[in-house]
Amino acid sequence: MKIVAICGAGIGSSGILKINAERVLKRLGLEADVTAAHLSSLSSDVADAQVVLTSAEFVDAIGPTNADVIVIENYFDTGELALKLEAALS
Amino acid sequence: MRPPIIAESAIIVGAEAEDWRAAVRLAGRALTLSGAARPGYADEMIRMIDEHGPYVVIAPGLALAHARPGPDVLADGLAVVTLATPVSFGHPHNDPVSVVLGLAIKSADTHIETVAELANVFNDSSAIARLAAAVSVAEVLEIMGSST
Repeated sequence: MKIVAICGAGIGSSGILKINAERVLKRLGLEADVTAAHLSSLSSDVADAQVVLTSAEFVDAIGPTNADVIVIENYFDTGELALKLEAALS
Repeated sequence: MRPPIIAESAIIVGAEAEDWRAAVRLAGRALTLSGAARPGYADEMIRMIDEHGPYVVIAPGLALAHARPGPDVLADGLAVVTLATPVSFGHPHNDPVSVVLGLAIKSADTHIETVAELANVFNDSSAIARLAAAVSVAEVLEIMGSST
């Protein structure tokens, strides 16, 4: 399974989402390849992803996709990430 | 252990900023003072927010200002600016912001280690409030886990 974390720069905030998503997935006992990406590298990254993690600001720019787009409000709240990832992956 | 990317000269405690732009500019100045970025990096961080919205407010009370790696970045660096009066970035959930981090990254390939350190600090949900209340550079360094 592939998960993509997206922000405007492809560093920083998407990196934090990647790190925390990996920690949460491990805790949930789930396997996935998590990458950090920025909007302009989007199409190739999102094409085969099952889940996109991002902020509300980027949902429109991501556009139509088969992936579940999950909006994260607090990037450091692993509880929020766990709830939303579990709901999307179950 | 790799050296912490936060320098004492990149910390500003209890700053006054009239709005989010001024707050991000302070983070840019702190990155410049510590040798991590050229002065133009502040404008790039502001442009990211103008372009993409307040997504850099990634947790209640905390903004992680940053731009892409580029010629204005001289070294990996992290600035911490705490505000005497919180400012609004226009974020739907996480305003007002009392702690602004400025992140300068030389190469996207190696930045994951750096943000992993940030996750270690801020996954503790009390860290932002403790930083906002900090009264000295030493206290900020201690919360950020960079005390020696």
